[in-house]
Amino acid sequence: MDQQSAYAALAREDRVHTSLYTDPAIFDAEMDRIFANTWVWVAHASELPTPNSYKMSHVGLQPVVVTRDKESQLHVLLNRCRHRAASVCEQKRGRAQMFVCRYHGWSYDMTGRLRAVPYAAGYGTELNKEDYPLVSLRVETYAGLVFATMRDDIQPLAEYLGPARAWIDLFMKQGAGFGIKVAGEHRFRFPGNWKIQLENTTDAYHFPIVHRSFLTSLDEETEGQFDVLGQGGWIEDLGNGHSVMVMIPDLVDLEANLDAPIPERFQDLAAELAKTHAPQEVRRIVRAVGGTGFNINLFPNVACSMAFFRVLRPIAVNETEIAHMALGMAGGPEAANQARLRLHEHFQGPMGFGSPDDAEGWERVQRGAAAGDDLWILLNRGLAQGSNTGDVSAETGMRAAYRMWRRMMAQ
Amino acid sequence: MTAISLPSAMEFIWLEADLLDSHDYAAWLALWTATGHYIIPTERDAEDYAAVLNVVYDDQEMREARVKRLQSGLSMSASPAARTVRTVSRFRAMDGAAGVFVVRCAQHIVEYKYDRTRMLAADVLFWLVPAASGISLQRKVVTLINGDDALHGIGYLL
Repeated sequence: MDQQSAYAALAREDRVHTSLYTDPAIFDAEMDRIFANTWVWVAHASELPTPNSYKMSHVGLQPVVVTRDKESQLHVLLNRCRHRAASVCEQKRGRAQMFVCRYHGWSYDMTGRLRAVPYAAGYGTELNKEDYPLVSLRVETYAGLVFATMRDDIQPLAEYLGPARAWIDLFMKQGAGFGIKVAGEHRFRFPGNWKIQLENTTDAYHFPIVHRSFLTSLDEETEGQFDVLGQGGWIEDLGNGHSVMVMIPDLVDLEANLDAPIPERFQDLAAELAKTHAPQEVRRIVRAVGGTGFNINLFPNVACSMAFFRVLRPIAVNETEIAHMALGMAGGPEAANQARLRLHEHFQGPMGFGSPDDAEGWERVQRGAAAGDDLWILLNRGLAQGSNTGDVSAETGMRAAYRMWRRMMAQ
Repeated sequence: MTAISLPSAMEFIWLEADLLDSHDYAAWLALWTATGHYIIPTERDAEDYAAVLNVVYDDQEMREARVKRLQSGLSMSASPAARTVRTVSRFRAMDGAAGVFVVRCAQHIVEYKYDRTRMLAADVLFWLVPAASGISLQRKVVTLINGDDALHGIGYLL
């Protein structure tokens, strides 16, 4: 059996082999065959708010800098000086006109162009600056989501996202007409494989079990809303490894049902907003403030998850970093944006009422996967229901992701 | 009510540390004023923590909910809880508003769970106010040395 067929045999329709979590050789192949071969999320446009702004990011294991040049064009540049490989940027985010390598002083503008080399006479005619820009990746955006790829010949981003675009449009309605901005991020690591986290975003089955302590911290009305298995939700395979999981059907379209009663937990906020906003505007903002009722899982590294972006970064076969990026209404009312920050802190992050229990669960998966190396991870929940509908606790979204994994690893 | 001195503040802060290491959360909740805030920032130099994302930004209601969760037995990250041993030192009285005694200090927490020992270091700022019982906690800001970087799931209080 050749290597491609061997990988394909490890990911069946209803199960994947334990080695997908534990084998360093498979991890190396994933970085090459998946992360270097598709669209990888690197930033949200609001993180680069002005010309000459930048943030550090990653495409797979490779450090990059996402920049907005003085003409407001976005670039994704490998964070590596063309001279002797030193990183040219070590500030997580900021503003600059130039990246100056601190080792020998080579300087690059925000487009990646090499502008100046100290003591250039020493090169004689042997160095043409045009030959040594920072390596620039292909960049495309959809609805403010910025993706990069190492490949110049793959399909455009819009085509890759396909039917997921309509769900992204719905997700962005939580900007309540103001637009979406990243309002801060929690980052944490867990000792486990990246696909454990990829699966979790499309796993409603765990919610009432793992998050019981979160649910009991809510008022009765909100606890009822988070009864994610009991509201007729569903899950859809959107192709190319993407999927959507609808947990709260009432919160699919945040611009619908604006006349519904305002939930008890948002009454104070509504009263505050009513001092400066018209009644219909208050309803629109309050309905958007808690986020949507669904998770969009975009293969391989980002999710638009209810009210935040979840970004995963593979570090090693058994180490993954997660960013939970809080979102706000760009230019929206401060009271509503502070309410969003407090809601995010309640569940997300290293000391949220939800994330630490998720992280513990994922670590347990990695620890358990050390046993039984001839065993498989089951993905067969709801298999009989078909691939495009079904119970929200079906493992349809995981099957979608692993179908894409198999396609890319076997190519 | 007597004025707060640095030695009495240190004694209070050591008591608070011991209550947290021993998971005596009911006694810990009783240390606070009703309007106090417990804050663990993600941004080291924020001017207004309420306006930015934090790891923790707890008023009294959230502190009580957090303690309830840690003690519920329903949270797998907190039951069993990691063992912790913390040391608080390098105390320094700082300028504060009238009636508030401000102390800055260093805190090292060593955590143990699942064969693994980890360390969390932080600068901690306490706002202390006189109370009938001695001292009450008005504000605690735990600025982790790596609070703006990747952390890990934490199933106890800092």
